[in-house]
Amino acid sequence: MAQVSTAPAGPKVTTVEEIVGSLESGMTIGIGGWGSRRKPMALVRAIYRSALEDLTVVSYGGPDVGLLCAAGKVRRLVAPFATLDSVPLEPHFRAARQRGAIELTEYDEGMFMFGLLAAAHRLPFLPTRAGLGSDVMRVNPGLRTVRSPYGPAGEEAEELVAVPALTLDAALVHMDRADTRGNGQYLGPDPYLDDLFAKAATRCYVSCERLVDPGKLGGPPQSLLISRMHVAGVVETPGGGHFTDCGPDLGRDEAFQRHYATSAADPQAWAAFAGRFLSGDEAAYREAVRRWHEERERGEGTR
Amino acid sequence: MSATGAGGTGAGPAEAVQAEAVQADATRAEICVVACAEAWRGDGEILAAAMGTCSILGARLARLTFEPGLLTTDGGALLTAEPVPLGAPAGPAEGWLPFRDHLWLVQNGRRHVMMGASQIDRYGNTNISAVGAWERPASQLLGVRGAPGNTICNPTSYWIPRHSTRVFVPEVDVASGLGTDRAARLGPRASRFHDLRRVVTDLGVFDFRTPDGSMRLVSVHPGVEVEEIVAATGFPLHGLAEPATGGEVPRTRPPTSAELRLIREVLDVGGLRDREVRA
Repeated sequence: MAQVSTAPAGPKVTTVEEIVGSLESGMTIGIGGWGSRRKPMALVRAIYRSALEDLTVVSYGGPDVGLLCAAGKVRRLVAPFATLDSVPLEPHFRAARQRGAIELTEYDEGMFMFGLLAAAHRLPFLPTRAGLGSDVMRVNPGLRTVRSPYGPAGEEAEELVAVPALTLDAALVHMDRADTRGNGQYLGPDPYLDDLFAKAATRCYVSCERLVDPGKLGGPPQSLLISRMHVAGVVETPGGGHFTDCGPDLGRDEAFQRHYATSAADPQAWAAFAGRFLSGDEAAYREAVRRWHEERERGEGTR
Repeated sequence: MSATGAGGTGAGPAEAVQAEAVQADATRAEICVVACAEAWRGDGEILAAAMGTCSILGARLARLTFEPGLLTTDGGALLTAEPVPLGAPAGPAEGWLPFRDHLWLVQNGRRHVMMGASQIDRYGNTNISAVGAWERPASQLLGVRGAPGNTICNPTSYWIPRHSTRVFVPEVDVASGLGTDRAARLGPRASRFHDLRRVVTDLGVFDFRTPDGSMRLVSVHPGVEVEEIVAATGFPLHGLAEPATGGEVPRTRPPTSAELRLIREVLDVGGLRDREVRA
């Protein structure tokens, strides 16, 4: 047997501040998860607090998109939707679109996946039927079609949408577990497209609920979604997906998400929300959320 | 489940009388659930994908009764071994369908989806993206989601809980889902998987089986007048008092007593359907 390497993988372990400090304004940044599910919210909150601007955000959009729109960080959004799932519409995304504050590249969900697949495999495009005939073609005048070279004899060969590669400067994903080398594991029912985000990016950063030593990731091997070969840095952020769904550890914080959505729909309420929850660091956020729940429970108890 | 397959066949005279009595107190929501279920009749062993309470109930009801081959989900990544009651734990799974595989399945085609729509026009083009000019919408909605891929790849139906001229518009602002006119313009090869099946609303059932592919009234729900539908629709409909039907517009079939029992006592004990469609 080969000798087991005991070289520490320490250099991959980093901090939220270092990760966000390594990003630059104008970058194209992919954000993993889906809607209001396993979003790297601690990293998103750090971008919210940062001086970064002029970002192109690529996301199956949820409150990540909303928060970054609220902070004026987004120049262009590439997305098939933005939703909070249990609250159908994302208020900050709506407001940004309705005041013309962001550019939008609006793709079908499947087209979006093909764009990530193309980037992950260093292809310029991948063909798909999805998008044909719809207004996706009208609102993205740069989209091209491609004709199959394998037309049946006597028939016109099929014409398909050529989805361009969604190549990313950086990807941010949140895993249930990761090891100090940067291997990422999901423990819920759905991997979403996080491995594709990792492979489509020049640099991928993984935040996780719990960081373990190499070889200590339990669970079935098929839950080992992201390989360290695609990861530039890993950081432990317990509750770092809050308030999105991070099952099985933590379900979605529905009460807090409702509070977010209600606040986001009104400028004054949003100022109060941002002042209370988003003006400090991640530790201050966690403490503010804990106290909000405490007050809420006390309020209900006296009714 | 003992009620499986008891879709109203072989009822004796006594049971028929009982069915008649139960029909009379079927709510509008229950009529809608059954009309949604009918969308999947004859589909066999494919995924019944549904959005919206009555539509999800319809898929599960169809599977419990006349279309047992259907596959249904827990609303998440699991294909459940049995249809799951609303709000109940998923129970045993017979398959795994995370989002990525669901998106692949759209391309594969063994799927009939029933979507919602914020706007729908006479050719079945639908909008869930934005109201107003796309460039700067008056009201930003979800985004196109999977509607473009769904409609070009899979049989597609729609469930619209509140039939009104705000939804049934002459022209949609953004075509997320393809209608019959857009499919025709793509040509027969590109559109060979496009298949708009039916539209179910709180007032009636509609399809597109007309010479020009425009919307047709198929049936009116019990308790609804044709005039209500005309007033709530922003474009002319085919099928109103056509000679072939002797001037009579058919009534949507009421639920059988077995179907009512499954809806009320198994699938939706909490009555969530009544929040989507008021009695």
